[in-house]
Amino acid sequence: MMTSECMPVTLEFGGGAELLFNNLKEHELQLPNSRIWTVRELLIWMKDNLIAERPDLFFHGDSVRPGILVLVNETDWELMGELEYEIQRKDKIMFISTLHGG
Amino acid sequence: MPALCKTNCGNKAKLKRPKTGDALCKECFFSAFETEIHFTITKGKLFQRGNTVAIAASGGKDSTVLAYVLKLLNEKHDYGLKLVLLSIDEGITGYRDDSLDTVKQNRDDYKMALKVLSYEELYGWTMDSIVKEIGKKNNCTFCGVFRRQALDRGAAQLGVDVLATGHNADDIAETVIMNVLRGDIARLQRCTDVATASEGAIPRVKPLKYAYEKEIVMYAYFKQLVYFSTECIYSPNAYRGYARAFLKDLEKIRPTAIIDIIHSGEVLRVKENVGTRERGVCERCGFVSSQKVCKACVLLEGLNKGLPKLGIGKSSKVNKMREMKMNPVVDF
Repeated sequence: MMTSECMPVTLEFGGGAELLFNNLKEHELQLPNSRIWTVRELLIWMKDNLIAERPDLFFHGDSVRPGILVLVNETDWELMGELEYEIQRKDKIMFISTLHGG
Repeated sequence: MPALCKTNCGNKAKLKRPKTGDALCKECFFSAFETEIHFTITKGKLFQRGNTVAIAASGGKDSTVLAYVLKLLNEKHDYGLKLVLLSIDEGITGYRDDSLDTVKQNRDDYKMALKVLSYEELYGWTMDSIVKEIGKKNNCTFCGVFRRQALDRGAAQLGVDVLATGHNADDIAETVIMNVLRGDIARLQRCTDVATASEGAIPRVKPLKYAYEKEIVMYAYFKQLVYFSTECIYSPNAYRGYARAFLKDLEKIRPTAIIDIIHSGEVLRVKENVGTRERGVCERCGFVSSQKVCKACVLLEGLNKGLPKLGIGKSSKVNKMREMKMNPVVDF
């Protein structure tokens, strides 16, 4: 796929969420540009293509499990429309687990 | 696009506070978060000028934020406290040894003294060796009981006036739910206290009592505080896990649920003659206990006598077992 047909997006994982994604804190993605990507669709894609283990610890219904914080470009997704947010080129989407012990 | 900060400071809002629903920018969030903890400290009279305070430090998000904020508030409001870090090494390879590195980082970053006390030196057993003996069932009981006492012992060795723990609002709400589900009236009464003092023990305080987990994690993230976030390699406390999942689901529907449950715990009152027990000291080790012999000593006795199930379960059962001269045919 040519770069112009792709949308670069960075996913970051923290607070223990990275353990479910091959222990990698950062994933560079090229999403096909043929459609509009909302966070809802990104999560479906992640469920099918990215998560390495125990998806039930990360996903819940069509969203993330309660207790996993999501930030879009350093901003709480609750201020960005949550699942309905339309992902833009070079967005950085961060998932932080609060579920790991202290 | 995100809204502007609710305080009219002109900055873009960065997060929605679960407790109030306010959209705040980073700086206004820091200020609100720190001010609330300051308020918890002053209203609850958690410290007195000149106190030496041990911070129970695990290297996790809560104690890392607690150490950072206490240092900041101590300087900003001139509490006049001496802060030290106290860590317990349970002896869990690949878990606690790594998280202790984070605590050592805190020690250097915040310029606080650090004391590490291990289960091995206190009890002669590491969690690794306990799990070898008893398996992965009930091992959290040993760990929890030993840690509680280990913190008391460490605080005593350091000669501190107060022990501050990183329990946050979510933790306390979970504990309220668990104590209701277990019918543990005595603990239900105590678990929401912001400060607990009992004879023979160093007072414990919870400055983060009203701080939501979401805000603690966001604070650590925005401040770029480094913390350790790996799950314990031995099975996590399943019962608490359920209470936690339930609470998180409730929070999703109604974010004030956490504070509401804490409030319920605070105002619940039971009749005076119901289920509470005087707390005294253990006749063997002298640390705080509601029984003649404390749970830590009973568990340790079980381990050392090859009866590791001694002490798992209700105290009344334990007493019966011990009266029966510990008949080794025990099946729980």
